[in-house]
Amino acid sequence: MPPELAIEARGLSKSFGELRAVSGLDLDVPRGQIYGFLGPNGSGKSTTIRMLCGLLTPSSGTADVLGTSIPGNAKLLKPKIGYMTQKFSLFGDMSVQENLQFMSEIYSYPAKERKSRIDELLSKYDLVPQRKQLAGTMSGGQKQRLALACAVLHHPELLLLDEPTSAVDPQSRRDFWANLFRLAGAGTTILVSTHYMDEAERCHRLAILDRGVKVADGTPQQLQASTGMHILEVVADDPYAAQSAISARPEIASVTQLGVRLRVLIPERHPDPVGIVKSALASQGVSGETRMATPSLEDVFVAVTMKPLDRDR
Amino acid sequence: MKSLSRLGAIIKKEVRQLARDRLTFGMVFGLPIIQILLFGYAINTDVRHLRTAIANQAGTHLSQQFESELRASQVVKVIASADTPGELENLLRRGKISLGIVIPADFDRRVADNNRAAIHILVDGSDPTILSVANQLRSMPIRFDSAEVQPHKQDLIEIRPYYNPERRTPVNIVPGLMGVILMMTMMLFTAVAIVRERERGNLELLINTPVSSAELMIGKVTPYIAIGLFQLAIILGVGQLLFDVPIRGSVVDLYIAGSAFIAANLSLGLLISTATHTQFQAMQLTVFILMPSILLSGFMFPFDGMPVVAQYIGEALPTTHFIRLSRGIMLREAPIAELWPDLLFLLVFTLLTMTVAAMRFSKRLD
Repeated sequence: MPPELAIEARGLSKSFGELRAVSGLDLDVPRGQIYGFLGPNGSGKSTTIRMLCGLLTPSSGTADVLGTSIPGNAKLLKPKIGYMTQKFSLFGDMSVQENLQFMSEIYSYPAKERKSRIDELLSKYDLVPQRKQLAGTMSGGQKQRLALACAVLHHPELLLLDEPTSAVDPQSRRDFWANLFRLAGAGTTILVSTHYMDEAERCHRLAILDRGVKVADGTPQQLQASTGMHILEVVADDPYAAQSAISARPEIASVTQLGVRLRVLIPERHPDPVGIVKSALASQGVSGETRMATPSLEDVFVAVTMKPLDRDR
Repeated sequence: MKSLSRLGAIIKKEVRQLARDRLTFGMVFGLPIIQILLFGYAINTDVRHLRTAIANQAGTHLSQQFESELRASQVVKVIASADTPGELENLLRRGKISLGIVIPADFDRRVADNNRAAIHILVDGSDPTILSVANQLRSMPIRFDSAEVQPHKQDLIEIRPYYNPERRTPVNIVPGLMGVILMMTMMLFTAVAIVRERERGNLELLINTPVSSAELMIGKVTPYIAIGLFQLAIILGVGQLLFDVPIRGSVVDLYIAGSAFIAANLSLGLLISTATHTQFQAMQLTVFILMPSILLSGFMFPFDGMPVVAQYIGEALPTTHFIRLSRGIMLREAPIAELWPDLLFLLVFTLLTMTVAAMRFSKRLD
């Protein structure tokens, strides 16, 4: 594995009985970057993360994580990774300080430095006033900060975050991402799964998963440049009528309403996308303004997760 | 009507969920069936086949005839013979027998004399049920050949209750209760231990740390050993204070037996914890083991009186072996070395269940 990669997975697959949760996943995660998994629920994000940290054994395929080969050697990996889930997995009947203390003991953090490390984390993650509070009684944002503090206490080289922001408010999410950038800046590799577009956009690189298959990966810019779709924006007085008029045309891959605007995806092989939309609107007598738009990550997501039938229109 | 259809939907959902929770579903049927079987067969005050040894010092025709009458009665099951009353006492103390029957050398003369007891029955009186059975034996006729002897002025058979001469129930109950209480609390504590972590999502965090499954298992069990030993002290204290239950043997021996028993229950609890998904399931399984431990361990009913199948089940339960140990040490002053098979059982049981629990746990990450 090239030394600049933290994770290199080849053909990683996992089946639960009949269900193929992840199939044939190849993954290259560079060191020191924030790598995102974007996908709907059930797309295999959690399963992949669990395979990478040795929690689940892959049905087939292998991965090299921080120089350790998976499956088989997960034990060697544990001290080098930090892990955090949506549920935060804190001990609710223990105080903030006790939770951190427990983690420092579990990871055999040098006894002399434990106290100073815990104090450092408490102030860094803004938990000093909650030091004595039971973790179970804290707000979602506070729990999230504590969970992150617990996950990074032992200076892991790799942080695996499974939908860490699903249960918190937007401000907490912003603060959380600021912390992630700080950690990545200090050299930590971060693998984070999400179903929020704005979070995916913050990642250095990301992979889009759909029903257990990686349908696209790259930097957000690369992905936006390679949708294979014309992206058009239509502003109409009657967006609903406009939507049904446009949807009726066979060339249209997807139409999404955003308030009074419509987002229209047309495969690139059609040479005159604006003409297609305009004639569709005219044929139904709907008035509206049509212009080309730059692809957003959401457009990418819609384009790569759509049915092959729609993509080939 | 809306309410009815909502109700119907709820009922359907509950049935569906129950049917999919295989363990709970099994318990719904298995529990009553097994409990009825246990209660039906084990509650049997008509005690038969008491383990007995005979010391026939007379060896006469009459004494042999008495012996065969005794065997035919089915009340006793003669499993050993001895030469002297001392040997019988020894067997009694080690818990090998419940009754020891002494036929003195001058048996024939005593029967003829009609004024002295001709038979001595040494009884492990720590169990009042056994004692009452022994008392029934008193009415057994003793015959010269086929002719019935004249009614005696005095009972031909004399009962000598050992270990509990006052015939008080608590003396027998407390050592048994010690086993039952320890088992209940110890098993419950650890049965929910792992499952609770799983339910709260802590387990996923824990298994992602360098902690090994053996560390986790032993770490979870250790605090409860101290709690168990503390409980042991409480029960002993209360037993002595309120019920005057003696500790005739060595307290150290009792604590050795107690520690082995606590370890056995804790590891059994852990095994339950690795075999279940919710705390509720863990509770059910615990109760499932609890009931036979109360009914078939010799705590409520004398072991000898139970049908063979029930005895086999009883032999597999740690509580049975601990109750033998605690009664032996506390009431019969038996040194633990004489009761080694029961101690060995507890140790082997602990080792086995702990190993299986740790193995199951490491496999259950998938």
